[in-house]
Amino acid sequence: MTDQLPLLRVEGVMKEFGLRRTASERVARSAAEAHRAVDDVSFALRRGEILGLAGESGSGKTTLARCIVRLIEPDAGVIELDGVDVRAASGPELRELRRRMQMVFQDPYASLNPRMTVATALLEVGRVHRRPGAENGEQFVRDALERVHLGPGIATRRPRELSGGQRQRVAIARALAAGPEVLIADEPVSALDVSVQAQLLNLFGDLRDELGVAILFVAHQLAVIAEIADRVAVMNRGRLVEVGETAAVFGNPQDEYTKALLAAHPHIRLSRVAS
Amino acid sequence: MTALLRIEGLRVEFGDGDAPLVAVDGAGLSVAPGEVVGLIGESGSGKSLTCRSVMRLVPRPGRIAAGEIEFDGRDVLAMSAQELRDFRAHDAGMIYQDPFSSLNPVYRIRDQIAETLRVNLGVGKADARAQAVELLDGVGIRDPERRALSYPHELSGGMRQRVMIALATASRPRLLLADEPTTALDVTTQAQILALLLRLRAERAMAVLLVSHDFGVIAQVCDRVVVMYAGHVVETGPLAALYTNAQHPYTRALLESVPELESAGRRTRRPGIAGVPPELTEVLPGCVFKPRCRHAQPGCEAISMALEPVSEGHETACPVRPFAGTGSAPTARAGAQR
Ligand SMILES: Nc1ncnc2c1ncn2[C@@H]1O[C@H](COP(=O)(O)OP(=O)(O)O)[C@@H](O)[C@H]1O
Ligand SMILES: Nc1ncnc2c1ncn2[C@@H]1O[C@H](COP(=O)(O)OP(=O)(O)O)[C@@H](O)[C@H]1O
Ligand SMILES: [Mg+2]
Ligand SMILES: [Mg+2]
Repeated sequence: MTDQLPLLRVEGVMKEFGLRRTASERVARSAAEAHRAVDDVSFALRRGEILGLAGESGSGKTTLARCIVRLIEPDAGVIELDGVDVRAASGPELRELRRRMQMVFQDPYASLNPRMTVATALLEVGRVHRRPGAENGEQFVRDALERVHLGPGIATRRPRELSGGQRQRVAIARALAAGPEVLIADEPVSALDVSVQAQLLNLFGDLRDELGVAILFVAHQLAVIAEIADRVAVMNRGRLVEVGETAAVFGNPQDEYTKALLAAHPHIRLSRVAS
Repeated sequence: MTALLRIEGLRVEFGDGDAPLVAVDGAGLSVAPGEVVGLIGESGSGKSLTCRSVMRLVPRPGRIAAGEIEFDGRDVLAMSAQELRDFRAHDAGMIYQDPFSSLNPVYRIRDQIAETLRVNLGVGKADARAQAVELLDGVGIRDPERRALSYPHELSGGMRQRVMIALATASRPRLLLADEPTTALDVTTQAQILALLLRLRAERAMAVLLVSHDFGVIAQVCDRVVVMYAGHVVETGPLAALYTNAQHPYTRALLESVPELESAGRRTRRPGIAGVPPELTEVLPGCVFKPRCRHAQPGCEAISMALEPVSEGHETACPVRPFAGTGSAPTARAGAQR
């Protein structure tokens, strides 16, 4: 029965930002127009699936991701994790929901304290969420690092003593240390060289296979989504314009915006842009 | 054809002279008149420093410690201050990696371009303003008269990059050095910027050295490709030869790391490249790629990193040649499916 229910259900979510008035609006004393960054977005994330969220910069991907974990409050809509109303939750209930939905950011510094060693950062998460094993520090850290294919030698380092790829692995390890069912990864590989990006994509695939964690994988590079996601949702100006199996959407896009994005995507095949 | 730009044995150092940190180590490349050459490699491989060396704008405390840079037969490294000003004003233009660092936030776009025209080409003030608008029109900015009055922060990323191109090409240079000109842009905007570069190349026979870490970008616009790793040029060749018959393990490993749209729906597992590039403080004997190379052999620590010919215009720094005779298999598709 629970298998039929999506793990995460998002329905009609909306978020507006008030814009600063432009000079001419100030002169005319007119009100600034509200800007709808996320506009009536609905989708479901199934258990153990990787759902890609694509779209150009400014299309609302980050705002949507942050609304889901309530890093920002949506203005309207329903968000349910496993049948629990995320928007109505508060106190310990909200903390527990946030444990179950962890975020990974493009810039790993966003989740890693530069002054903390890797071990301290991982243990902190384990203790805050009272994870089993967190009382036995060393083993907990070793297991957490092993999950992201890092050796225990890294435990005593600080973020700046790591390469970009290692730093992102530690950020993922930190998210996993909370024992989440959902990872919301906002452009987690976008700042990395392709050589490192490939290895992190493999890691995300492994985490899904081995831990059964469902992943909302935000990326503006369509080819990345093509290789990691089971399904893809395409956003344009705050709206979801197309959702479907990755192969179907990329092979036979229905929406004009999706078609334009795919057409502009640079191929490594030897094709030239028209000049 | 004689080269428009020829770099040989370029060495860029940081740190003190006794124990220098070598960021570019013996790099060489050439660009023919009207040719578009791609310069690719992981971050930190020395691409930006190589471009900046051509303009003699290596940021301090960095310095060009050795090598030759020739533009149209002239020795760039021997130019006097005045010659260098003329060279930058007329012969070579550069688009820097960070557009904000090169556009002054407090001046209108029109005034910045006009100032460049006045200083570089001696155009009078009124003429310069009119020409600035024409230049904006020339790089495909719609409503150029109005846009000319904007400040940099009021423009979208794509428009700012067009302004950068207008500035760098205002004096109709024969060489444009474009350092990651589309990296911060969305794909649709990126395609427009690349098309603009190709149009300028076609209209003016302008040569372009295009730095990118994106093989997709390079594939769309370049005639030839130069691959850099840890300060060295490791492979160079015509676009098709490099993409379908890469002979350096680094080039192959990079190409095999690139995700493709065609994989949609099939889980794809690409090996990537294990490890990280060496720090400048790590001086490796022989092949600098050896610690990360899947094809390393005894003896690799003793090679010279000199480029050796593979075929016409195609050269590799790998003497092992682990892929000799595998040319027909398109490198770019070698990512394993599972
Ligand atoms: N805190 C904010 N205040 C005002 N506008 C915002 C804020 N955050 C995002 N926006 C706007 O919302 C839109 C969507 O942004 P974002 O969610 O960051 O898009 P994406 O992640 O797809 O690039 C953009 O127009 C952006 O400028
Ligand atoms: N100002 C500097 N001081 C010390 N090292 C530098 C400086 N600028 C660049 N480097 C080093 O030189 C190397 C090459 O840099 P760069 O040319 O910017 O690489 P790329 O453009 O290929 O990413 C890098 O290892 C970088 O850390
Ligand atoms: Mg974003
Ligand atoms: Mg650079």
